[in-house]
Parts: sequence; C-alpha cells; structure tokens
Amino acid sequence: MKTVNQKAWFFVLPVLLLVAFNALIPMMTVVNYSVQETFGDNLFFWEGLGWFEQILRSERFHAALGRQFLFTGLILLIEVPLGIIIALSMPKKGFWVPVCLVLMALPMLIPWNVVGAMWNIFTLPDIGLLGYFMNHTLGIDYDMTQNPLAAWITIITMDVWHWTSLVVLLCYAGLVSIPDAYYQAARIDGASNWAVFRYIQLPKMKQVLTIAILLRFMDSFNIYTEPFVLTGGGPGNSTTLLSIDLVKIALGQFDLGPAAAMSLIYFAITLLVSWVFYTLMTKDDT
Amino acid sequence: MTIVLNNVTKRVGAVTHIKPTTLTLRPGHFNVLLGETGAGKTSLIKMMAGLDPVAEGSVTIDGQDVTHVSPQKRNISLVHQFFVNYPHMTVFDNIASPLRVAGMAKSEIADRVADAARILQLTPMLNRRPQELSGGQQQRTALARAIAKESRAVFLDEPLANLDYKLREELRDQLPELFAGRGAVVVYATSEPEEALLLGGQTALMQDGQVAQFGPTAEIYRNPASLTAAEVFSDPPINSARVIKQGTVVRLDNGVSWGVSGVAAALADGEYTVAVRPNYVLPVRSERATVPLRGRVAVTELSGSESSAHFTMGDINWVSLSHGTHPYEVGEEHDFYLDPSHCFYFGADGKLAA
Repeated sequence: MKTVNQKAWFFVLPVLLLVAFNALIPMMTVVNYSVQETFGDNLFFWEGLGWFEQILRSERFHAALGRQFLFTGLILLIEVPLGIIIALSMPKKGFWVPVCLVLMALPMLIPWNVVGAMWNIFTLPDIGLLGYFMNHTLGIDYDMTQNPLAAWITIITMDVWHWTSLVVLLCYAGLVSIPDAYYQAARIDGASNWAVFRYIQLPKMKQVLTIAILLRFMDSFNIYTEPFVLTGGGPGNSTTLLSIDLVKIALGQFDLGPAAAMSLIYFAITLLVSWVFYTLMTKDDT
Repeated sequence: MTIVLNNVTKRVGAVTHIKPTTLTLRPGHFNVLLGETGAGKTSLIKMMAGLDPVAEGSVTIDGQDVTHVSPQKRNISLVHQFFVNYPHMTVFDNIASPLRVAGMAKSEIADRVADAARILQLTPMLNRRPQELSGGQQQRTALARAIAKESRAVFLDEPLANLDYKLREELRDQLPELFAGRGAVVVYATSEPEEALLLGGQTALMQDGQVAQFGPTAEIYRNPASLTAAEVFSDPPINSARVIKQGTVVRLDNGVSWGVSGVAAALADGEYTVAVRPNYVLPVRSERATVPLRGRVAVTELSGSESSAHFTMGDINWVSLSHGTHPYEVGEEHDFYLDPSHCFYFGADGKLAA
C-alpha cells in the first residue's frame, strides 16, 4: 500500500506562497483590469473581452508589435553570429583570458538607464563624441532625434554593445568545455576549420546557445529602459516599441483596461515564441 | 613502411619534455611505448602525429620527412585514452568521417565501414549515437575509425586505460589481430608492464622524456640494460639495494649475503646495486629461492591469484610477489627467500654489470 505523507505539503507551501505573491496575484489584478472599464472613483463596469478585441484590431498595436519584432529580429541576427565569432577568437588559456572576460562583462554591469543616458549623450550632434564626429568631421547628417533611420541604427548599436557579451560568455563557456582530444582527432581525420566548427564546436555550443538566444529574445522583446531614455520612442513613433507604447497607454492616458489587455497579449506572445523556440531546439536531444 | 625519429626533441618554454630521441618503428608487430605517467609517451606520439611541434631533429614516415607536415597530411590515425567520437553523429558517420573528408566514393565508404564494424562487432550499433553506447563500444567505434581509414601509422595512446578490467582484457586480446596484416606501423602507449608483455612486439622503455631501452619486448624484459630500464619494466616495482661484492660473495647493508657465480663472480670487487623482480622473492623456501631475508611485513595485497607483501629490512623496502594466497599479518616478522640466480647487478653508472 502506498503511504500518503500529508506533511509533504508543508515543503511545497513556501514556494506556492512566494509564487502567488510575486507572480499570480499581480497577474490576476491585471486580468481583473483587462475585463473592466473604470472612470475613476473606484467605479468599475464589466467590459468582457472588449478591450482585447479593440487592442487586437488596433493599428497602433500592430505597428508597435511590428517594430518590436523588427528590433528583436535585428539584434538577434547581429548578436548571435557576432557573439559566436568573438567567443571563437578569444584565447583559451593564458594571461589574456581574465582580461578578455572582464572586458566582455563590463557593458553588462552598467545599469540600463545609464546605458541609455550614455548613448544619448554620446550621439548628440553638437556635444556627443560620436554625434559631433559624424556631423562635423565626416559631414554625415546623423541626428537620432530627427531622423528615424538614425534612431534605429542607434538603438540597435546600443543593444549590440550592451548585450553581445552575454552571448559571448555563454558560447565561450561551451567552447572551453571541449577537450583538446576532439580537436586533435579532427585534425588527424583531416577536417577543415569549417568542419571543426560545424561538427565539434557548434554541437557543443548548442545548449548554451539555445539559452543565450532565449534570454536575448525575452530581454529584447521586453526592452523598455534603454530606448526610453535614449529616444523616448521618437522621433515621432518610429522607435515606440511595445513596452514603451504600453506605458504610454497605462500611465500617460491612464487607460487601465486596454493597457491590461495589451499586457496580457504581450505576455502571451513572449511566452508562445519562447516555448516554440525552446521546444524546437531541444526536440532531438531526447 | 617505417617511422624514423632522428634526435627529436620537444621543448615547452625552457623546459625540455623529450630529450633527443632516436627510434625506428616498423610495421608487422606492436611498438609499445612503456613508461609511467609523465614519462613522455604521449609527447612522443603527438610529435609523430604532428600535433606538437618538434624542437629539433626530424620525423620520417616511409622515407618522407614529415617534421613540418600538418597532421591532416600525414595519413595517420590516433585513438585516445578518452573515447573521442563526434557526439551528434551515428556510429556509421563517425567511422566514415575521415573517409568522407578524403573524398572517397560512397560505395567504398559503405564497404569499409561495414568491414570495420564487423571486425569490431559494431554492426548492430551503426545507427546509434556514441552516448547511447557503453564505454567499450565507444572505444571500439574510435578503433573502427582508425581501421577503416587504413592509414600508414596508427597511434594508440593508452586506449584501454578507461575501460573496466573485463573489457580491457577482451579488447587487448583482439588488438594484435585487428592490425595484423594491414601494413601500418602500430604504436601503443601504456603504463602497464604486463600489457607490454602481452602485446609482444617491440618495446621502448621511457623515463623522464628519454628512451631507456628499445628492443624485442621479451628480450628487454629478461635483460634490462640499466637500472632505469629494470625499474620501468616491473610491476610491482623492482626490488633494489646496495651490495658490496667481495670475491664470490655479495653482502647487503644489513649483513645478508649470498654467493655469486658466472659473470657476476667475474666482476671487480666493490659496490653495486642489486635488483631482483618481486616474483623472485618468495614467502617459502624453494629449490632456487634459498637466501633467507627476515623482514617485517608492512603492506599486503591480494590481486587475483597473486599475493604481494611489502616488507622492510632496516632501511630496505622490498616486495615479494607469489602465486596463491598467503596469510600475512601486517607487522609480523617473516622469512622471505631470494632467488640469487635472477638477480641483476648494476654498476655505479646504472648500467647492467651482470
């Protein structure tokens, strides 16, 4: 007969409480807002799925979502290959290893709003180092407060500068775990550098790379602070990513219902993409 | 087909790992490199394989100077102590990988892989991946890759070291016939004297980055040219001690003495080092083991059907190895008997005197 140990619940309880307070309860209040309309005075009216319908049909939401996918897609396309290339070219042993690792980690240690402010000042056309150099020395018209293309180039460059290191460090960890014997065997087999990368290094990096892409996807899809400080979503709406738009609706216009509905849709998209990606990447490991 | 090492030296920074070494390795039998960890076996193999640079001297394979030729172009195979296979490829693809790199026709690749898999009993596993195999099967896959490649030299760097006892014996028995008649120079590194004796062929005894002695395995086992060679080729370690020879009698520092005859008797009087293998120091008197050595038992070991006892006689620590099981008590005084006809005598220069 199976023994039932009811005391085991006490071990699960702390985790349940923790998850309830930091995730479930806040999220349920959002769900609560998303199906009601309020005019202040703590008066709420039932709205059903109206807000969801409105958000999903809204051109403004479609545009922000499109910009969000464009941003995330571009930074992944740049950061993942660049991170792999940097990791491959880093030394595997010797004096330069700690130097390289510290230099790599530095951008990630800077607070996000400081990153935004740094790049803002850096790119100002008249006083910023880069802005002044581009406009006054090279004579290229570069002003991210006026020109949407310049704004996009700037936020992409900033993110690449800030976060490529994460991909580098994870890939590097995967690479140094490969014993020398594999490289020796490959050389004796007559394998080319490309074959060594394709059949030894890439398979060994696959797991960490999956984590790296997942982290970069989620972080960049939810990015707020840096572009908010850098461009504030402008010029116009050209760099208004989903989270910036969401804050505008929720705090700027105080439309709690639509903002809550949008949050839930936003969350669902992030979750769905992450889940599909992770499932595909880990499919043939089992 | 031969590999010739001509005064090859290996240095890392200012440290010399391999002192000038000259060796000629031939096909048709195993060439065993025997030595302890750190003796330079792997360094020597890596230089022959082209994985490590040669500081001085030259490496010739088949008359062709390959000293500065990359491993890709040497047409060799290497099997490591660790089971090195491409993790995400099937056993078939693993065995086929060097053949594909060489641009061989598909039908020939299939033939060669099937052949190698049959010899190494891997046919049912061809579609599996390395991590789904046991350690023995993984190492057999690595061996199959070396065989299928039909290279002119095969380096086996302690290939059985990470396998369990049973598998090791099984695979060791198969190894000589695997490579028989293939015309490749087979170099086999090991740290176990017993393995060298079982594999036969030629053995190079290595210590401190030097070849102490090279020749037919049984021959150098019977006649070690130096104390170093005798030490390398003995497990448990060979017993040695200082003796003073006077006339036809040699005397240990603790007073035990025995008579010598033949070549040993003809040596000049003076100081020598006597060395005797543990299996000629026995716990019971026999027809030939006649010289009693009274010692205190320090450590005893039972391994299979053999017993060994480490015992001390004053400053001298010796080992006795005998068939059967002997009930020693640690700390007891026990008489061991030395067989004087199997003693080696080495001069002050470490060279064999008699």
